[in-house]
Amino acid sequence: MIEVCRVGELPPGEAVRIDSVEPPIAVFHTEDGGLYAVDDTCTHQDASLADGWLEGCTVECPLHASCFDLRTGRPSGPPATRPVRTYPVVVEDGVIRVAHSEVAC
Amino acid sequence: MRTAAVVGASLAGLSTARALRQQGFDGRLVIVGDEPHRPYDRPPLSKDFLAGKASDIGLGTPDDEGLDFDWRLGARALRLNPRDRSIELSTGQTVRCDGLVIATGARARWLPGTEGVGGVHVLRTLDDAIRLRSELVPGVRLVVVGAGFIGAEVASTARYLGADVTVIEAEPLPLLPQLGKELGMVCAGLHADHGVHLITGVPVRRILGEARAHGVELADGRHIPADVVVVGIGARPNVEWLDGSGLQLDNGVVTDAACATGLPEVMAVGDVAASYSVHLHERHRSEHWTNALEQPVTAASTLLGDPRPHLSVPYFWSDQYGVRIQFAGTRRAGDTVRVIEGDVDRRSFLAVYERRDLLVGVLGMNQPKLFSRWRRQLARPVLAP
Repeated sequence: MIEVCRVGELPPGEAVRIDSVEPPIAVFHTEDGGLYAVDDTCTHQDASLADGWLEGCTVECPLHASCFDLRTGRPSGPPATRPVRTYPVVVEDGVIRVAHSEVAC
Repeated sequence: MRTAAVVGASLAGLSTARALRQQGFDGRLVIVGDEPHRPYDRPPLSKDFLAGKASDIGLGTPDDEGLDFDWRLGARALRLNPRDRSIELSTGQTVRCDGLVIATGARARWLPGTEGVGGVHVLRTLDDAIRLRSELVPGVRLVVVGAGFIGAEVASTARYLGADVTVIEAEPLPLLPQLGKELGMVCAGLHADHGVHLITGVPVRRILGEARAHGVELADGRHIPADVVVVGIGARPNVEWLDGSGLQLDNGVVTDAACATGLPEVMAVGDVAASYSVHLHERHRSEHWTNALEQPVTAASTLLGDPRPHLSVPYFWSDQYGVRIQFAGTRRAGDTVRVIEGDVDRRSFLAVYERRDLLVGVLGMNQPKLFSRWRRQLARPVLAP
C-alpha cells in the first residue's frame, strides 16, 4: 500500500501524481466523490494524466486529448490505443492509500 | 456508395478510413499511400525517434485489422479523372470509386538546387529521419535553416545527441507569425539556454559544396561551416496530381468548412486541404497533427450525407529542449499577449492572446494542467472580425 494523502487534501475534481513509484501513478478524486488510481503516463506519448482534464469518470490527456475511463483504464478513442493500468484505492482513517503491487489489475 | 477511396496513408488518411467505418460505411474501402510503410506518426520523427529513444511509431492498431481496408502502399496517385472518379496509380493500377477523400498531405520544401547534395536533409518522412539520424553524431557541426517547429525540434534533438548546432532564421525572431514578437523572443531564448547559436534576420543565400555540403552562405556574405545541413523552411501541399481534375487548387485543395470540394463526392482533409475555417473566418491550410486527426471525422460525415462544419479549435504542441510548448486558438498580427501565470524566465508560464479584449489564443510552456483549463474557454468560435 502506498499512502497518498488525507482525503481533505485532495478535493473533488483534483488529481495528484505519485512519483515515488515507477512508473508513476495518478490518483483522482471525481466530482461525485469517487477515488481512482491509474498509471500516470499516457499510453500514447509522454504526458502526465494527473495534469489532464477530469470530467465524470474520464480523464483527458493534456497533450493529445486521449480520454481514459478511470474505472477500466480503457481509452475511448485515438490517439491512445492501449489502456492504462488501474489500481485499487482504499480510504482508512481518512487517509487515501493505493494498493500497488507488481501485478496490477 | 459502393467504393470509397482515400488517397494518402498518413494520419489524415488513416483517420478518414477509420471514421468512414465508424460512421457505418460497409462498402469497399481503398487506401492509397505513396510511401511503402504502413501509417506512422510523424511528430516523433523530429523528437524521440530522431533521438533514438522511440522506434515503434506505427499508427495501426489491432482494431484496424477488422476494418477490412484495401491497402495500396508504395503507389503514388498520378491523376484523377473527375468523370468516373478514377485514380491512376504509379503502379499502373487504376482505382475507380464512388466517393474520394484526398489526404495526400504536404512535402518538405528544399532550398533551390540543394536536393541530392550530400549532407543536406529535409525532415518529413520516416526515411528522412533515418538518414538524418545516421549523421547526427557527437561533435558534428549542424546548421539548421529555419527556426520553425521542425527546425527548433531538430536543433533540440541534435543538441541532445551532442552536435554543435547553429540555427538560421530569415525573420527577426523564431515563430514570429505563429506566436508573435513577445513569445518568439522566449523561443529564441530557449535556443540560447541550450548553447545553440541562433542567427536571425538573415536569409540563407546558398549551400556551399558540390557533391557534399561544407557550409552555408548567408545573404550578408557570411559563411557558416557545417558538416550537416537541415532545411526546415516549410512544406508544400501535394496537389500536382490533381491538375486538370477540375478541383480548385489554391495553396491546397479548396474545401468548405465541411471538407467538401467543388466536385461531388470528393473531400479533402489534413495538410493538403485549404478549408474554410470557422475560427479564422477565412480559408486556411493547417499542417498540424490534431487537425489531421479530427478533420477526417467531418469529411467522413459529409461524404456519407451529413455535412457539418468542422468546429475544433486549432491546437498544436512542440517539444524543444525539454520544454513543452502548447498553443490553442488563433493568433493574428495585432493581437495582444499577456502572461497571466508563471515566469517567462523559468520557461514555465501561461500566456493569453486577446483581440479587442476577446480571448482568442492560449499558450503554455511547461504548464499542461493550466493550459488544459484555459484551452476550454476557447471552445466556441470567436465572432467575425
